[in-house]
Amino acid sequence: MAIPVDDILVKEEEKQNLSSVSVIREPLVTGGKTVHDVTEDICRQVEGKPTLSWMLGMAISLGTLGIGAYCVFMLLWEGIGVWGLNKTVGWAWDITNFVWWVGIGHAGTLISAILLLFRQKWRMSINRAAEAMTIFAVICAAMFPGLHMGRLWLGFYWALPLPNTFGSLWVNFNSPLLWDVFAISTYFTVSLVFWYIGLIPDFASIRDRAKNSISKAVYGALSFGWDGAAKTWMRYESVALILAGLATPLVLSVHTIVSFDFATSVIPGWHTTIFPPYFVAGAIFSGFAMVLTLMLITRKTFKLEDYITINHIELMNIVIIITGSIVGIAYITEFFIAWYSGVEAEQYAFLNRMTGPYWWAYWTMMTCNVISPQLFWFKKIRTNIAATFILSIVVNIGMWFERFVIIVTSLHRDYLPSSWAMFYPTVYDVGVYLFTFGLFGTAFLLFAKFFPVINMAEVKSIIKTSSRQNS
Amino acid sequence: MEKDKNFVLGIYNDEDILLSAIRKVRESGVKIQEVYSPFPVHGIDEALGYKRTRLPIAAFMFGLLGTTLAVTMQVWMMGVDWPMIIGGKDFVSLPPFVPVTFELTVLLSALGMVATFMIVSDLKPYKKPRLMDIRITDDKHVMAIDLADNDLEKEDIKKIVKETSAEEINDKNF
Repeated sequence: MAIPVDDILVKEEEKQNLSSVSVIREPLVTGGKTVHDVTEDICRQVEGKPTLSWMLGMAISLGTLGIGAYCVFMLLWEGIGVWGLNKTVGWAWDITNFVWWVGIGHAGTLISAILLLFRQKWRMSINRAAEAMTIFAVICAAMFPGLHMGRLWLGFYWALPLPNTFGSLWVNFNSPLLWDVFAISTYFTVSLVFWYIGLIPDFASIRDRAKNSISKAVYGALSFGWDGAAKTWMRYESVALILAGLATPLVLSVHTIVSFDFATSVIPGWHTTIFPPYFVAGAIFSGFAMVLTLMLITRKTFKLEDYITINHIELMNIVIIITGSIVGIAYITEFFIAWYSGVEAEQYAFLNRMTGPYWWAYWTMMTCNVISPQLFWFKKIRTNIAATFILSIVVNIGMWFERFVIIVTSLHRDYLPSSWAMFYPTVYDVGVYLFTFGLFGTAFLLFAKFFPVINMAEVKSIIKTSSRQNS
Repeated sequence: MEKDKNFVLGIYNDEDILLSAIRKVRESGVKIQEVYSPFPVHGIDEALGYKRTRLPIAAFMFGLLGTTLAVTMQVWMMGVDWPMIIGGKDFVSLPPFVPVTFELTVLLSALGMVATFMIVSDLKPYKKPRLMDIRITDDKHVMAIDLADNDLEKEDIKKIVKETSAEEINDKNF
């Protein structure tokens, strides 16, 4: 029984005074959206039938996954000899791809954790998809060290601290490769939990709108009986803040530890103390580029232009300029220190990178990572969607080459000229890489269809301060 | 789930009106059972007089547990159970144990805190939510007043809620 309220105490003018839209900052949500519009706009994707472009994307992803799966099968059947590795170059595409995917996986937690601590509200419409991307990218990354072991099924004995009676000795806690196991699995688990906690209120929204019994049951189970109580919200916010506080050093630690895989060795070109910050900056750089690539497509196909605005794209491009410049400075510093150290082997390793047989990889990396992001200094370019889309892909090509250059050029000419060799990828190197693309694409498309791609609850909380400007 | 509970619900559209309404209702001596919102409303905990959550303490304790476990595990495995010479290094030296210790601290702290949150807030899969209004997860804020908690008559409570410019005033029985 509803009682309409006739005598409204708060008059219309007062209501308008209550709204506290900033006049200085640009709105984060355009199109004069109301709170209800947010629910409608985001749930539409989940409730509607799959679109043609989604089906097409899924077909391409599954096709890639299938081709890749054949290559993975052949790799497991024959052993890692099917890759182009040799005795001199024992790490190549596999570890390049591993580091590349882990790097991409850094943006999600950065956006949701570090930007939460800095109270950057623009993260709200991109954090959900960025976190999903993180989780899928980390899964793709973890494939490579696993497959590189050759006998994947023995990975448990080699990577986890299991008692000696299981057939092997305790793991070696002095090894950075083991630190990686702990870092990546912790990062994956914490990111997954963080992501899921954020999803619960949105699953509840979908549950309460669901028309058919299947989605009612599924989203009902996923939403954990969420009822929106103020007490739960209070705890929820506290949990999110502490998870952000924990995830911030965690995200910095992960790529630091990945860089230790190289930095703690005695290979010229690898054992440099600059690696941890340089890898972290590179990870954020490539991660943001991947978020942009994905968000520009999602925004267009799902018509989310009012939520992911030019303002968001510009801010992400600014992060790309900053991290890209850090990466550029790191490249130059590395060079300077190689010369300044006076260590011949170190000097040779760097000269060989620039002018040796892999010069083209080096210069691709320099062009893509150092020069191309500088174009974003121009406001016209960083607010242009087509330019951003192209440059975001260019950055990730560059970041792939960065890892390739670090790994292969440092290894292929070692201390004995008689063992100098070249690395040439085989079809299985390419195929396993494709496998992870197929996996990533399939997972992301499933996410985009069945999960709310934008954090509805968070965006609703800023509607009042950041949306009504345009209405 | 309790049976035969009667609630008066004040439904609000705007978080600022809701906040002033909560204060007004509490000042007039009516006990609010709980407020339900589609998104976290800043300052609602103070308006409702909720104490700060102690979840950070849980996070800290679980973190401490993680640190202890990690250090004990590494020292015991590398130094006690099966010491091995690896590159002539000490069996037990703390610097190489830092990364794993850090990761396990973060892991246990995060998982422990989230598990505590789930338990104290009674969030679990397949739980049937007790929804005051279906629109809570969309765009409406609901102030729920349990009649059993208050001595005032239903009509008096409704009058108080009405004066706070609620959009609708409903009854809800469980």
